[in-house]
Amino acid sequence: MSLSPVEGVALAEIESTGEGPEQKGLVGRSPGQLVWNRLRRDRTALVSGIVLVLLILAAVAAPLISRLYGTSPSQQFGDLLDATGMPLGYVGGVSGDHWFGLEPGLGRDIFIRMIYGIRTSLLIALGAAVVTTTIGVVLGIIAGYLGGVVDAVIGWFTDVALAMPFLVFALAVVPTFSLRFYGPRDAIPTWFAVTTLIVVFAAFGWTGTARLVRGQVVSLREREFVEAARASGAGLWHMLFRQLLPNIWAPILVAFSLAVPSYVTGEAALSFLGVGLPESVPSFGRMIYRSIDYLQTDPAYVFFPGITIFALVLAFNLFGDALRDALDPKSSR
Amino acid sequence: MFRFVVRRLLVAGVTLVVISLVTFGLFFAVPSSPAKVMCGKNCTAADIAQVEQRLGIDQPLPRQYAGFVKGIFVGRTYGSGDFRQDCPAPCLGYSFRNNQPVTEIIAQRLPVTFSIVFGGAVLWLVLGISLGMVSALRRGTVFDRTAIGITLAGASMQVYFFGLILLYLLVYATGLLPFPSYTPLTENPGRWAVGLLLPWMTLGFLNSALYARLSRAQMLETLSEDFVRTARAKGLSARQVHTRHALRAAITPIVTIAGLDIGTSLGGTFITETIFGLQGLGKATVEAVQFLNLPVVMATVLLAAVFIVVANIVVDVLYAVIDPRVRLS
Repeated sequence: MSLSPVEGVALAEIESTGEGPEQKGLVGRSPGQLVWNRLRRDRTALVSGIVLVLLILAAVAAPLISRLYGTSPSQQFGDLLDATGMPLGYVGGVSGDHWFGLEPGLGRDIFIRMIYGIRTSLLIALGAAVVTTTIGVVLGIIAGYLGGVVDAVIGWFTDVALAMPFLVFALAVVPTFSLRFYGPRDAIPTWFAVTTLIVVFAAFGWTGTARLVRGQVVSLREREFVEAARASGAGLWHMLFRQLLPNIWAPILVAFSLAVPSYVTGEAALSFLGVGLPESVPSFGRMIYRSIDYLQTDPAYVFFPGITIFALVLAFNLFGDALRDALDPKSSR
Repeated sequence: MFRFVVRRLLVAGVTLVVISLVTFGLFFAVPSSPAKVMCGKNCTAADIAQVEQRLGIDQPLPRQYAGFVKGIFVGRTYGSGDFRQDCPAPCLGYSFRNNQPVTEIIAQRLPVTFSIVFGGAVLWLVLGISLGMVSALRRGTVFDRTAIGITLAGASMQVYFFGLILLYLLVYATGLLPFPSYTPLTENPGRWAVGLLLPWMTLGFLNSALYARLSRAQMLETLSEDFVRTARAKGLSARQVHTRHALRAAITPIVTIAGLDIGTSLGGTFITETIFGLQGLGKATVEAVQFLNLPVVMATVLLAAVFIVVANIVVDVLYAVIDPRVRLS
């Protein structure tokens, strides 16, 4: 919808220059320890960090939770629905056995589908963030260091990718891509759908990181340590990944942590619009889309997936902001 | 200024050609023939060939693309003999589903999306910028902290959740508003506004959170600059310093983002339209994708790209108007 978090970071990072002054104490501390200490003292970071760890644990341990909880995500409880398919009881059928109630119509358990939904969502978001960050860092560092024609060509690709209407394009590409490999009536395997989504996010998402990294590298290029390395005959690979990269980890890390929630919402938006994952895979977007029809009669069905994705995105955003403060205490927000 | 605009237009043209080529190549890479889909089950090979000829998809790809481009600028003719169909410029082809001209579909859908974006943008700009400004001027107060908290939550909220909450609270639970609908502005301005109030509020509130955060940060930065101190030292009133000097400088980056946001939204407010059942451009695209209605998808992708590219140019020109420090060259 608006400025991607990655670019927001870029703005903030361009304004502030470099690392804060090292704290002088009796005990020498590495920059990593300093960041860790600052994060630990930040209450927002602590709370959002704990929420994130819990959500990630829930995603990783989904099959285990399913076994302990005693329900699988595709199990249907038709006997707990009334004749019109609405769950019996209050707040959409919330009970000791079904903590978040049941889906109207199919009667599947909402809680366990949410747990699996977090798993799907995080898998795609983390995958996409890793791929886009890698592409963005490599292209940005090359463009920034080499300059000239290489920089111009990469810059032009960035501009074209930025002019592409992402959502429209993703809407169009994902089904076409699946149809290229599978027939219109074939069941599309989950791994294929997940890969397609990651590829589509990667095709568009690298531009923000590439711009950010390029900007950082351009400002580092003329520094003495780079000149020294060049004078001592360092090769291109060594220059890029041994000399330059270690100096720009901080903004990359922040960009990465803020990219994850943007892919969480991106995946939810696409599955909400009916492209992306097959119907059988639990996902937030699909659940919320299905819930629209029941909004009037069973608002709890909208509420539980909605509040979960909100919490997930908020926790990531808060943690990303806190991380930026910890890595770069001088930047003012 | 003139040279700048011309150069930007040229670059924009090249970008659009690239985007249209990519989209075109992609769609026609689909293995199953759209003619088969259109024709149904009881079609013979001859029927399919006839449909393909009528759609112009029996020709090699480069010629199809040339035909597509020609159609946009000078119009084209599909098929021949009894199935002859003239399509005057700007021709974007015919819908695979009901043979309606794509230009007609867009003409029907565009006003809906335009109306949604217009009202939403007014709301999010006014609300967001004023909230951000007041927050920045009262930095550290209870008001500022509350605003930061709300906007932080708002920036993590999603249209598909927030819109449904509003729909439930304002329509289903209390009946304060009617279910959203679109009435053309020219027909009845009152009903136009009432019918679109809910989508406006959804987009307006959510985006204003982002804009408030952004304008607060910009304003704080500008307020610490030398020229603001100079303006104060000249003895200008606080009001003049804040609005005439500080706001004008702080607003430039916001204009960029607002321009791009509006440009992107004009290509279709997909989720908003889906939630509220409004027949805008976004809904048309989503439906076209479901039925692999390629001409409609092609047209909407291109149109969305045009909006983004044009918004980019407009923003650059506006920059120079707002901020005298910017020189276009």
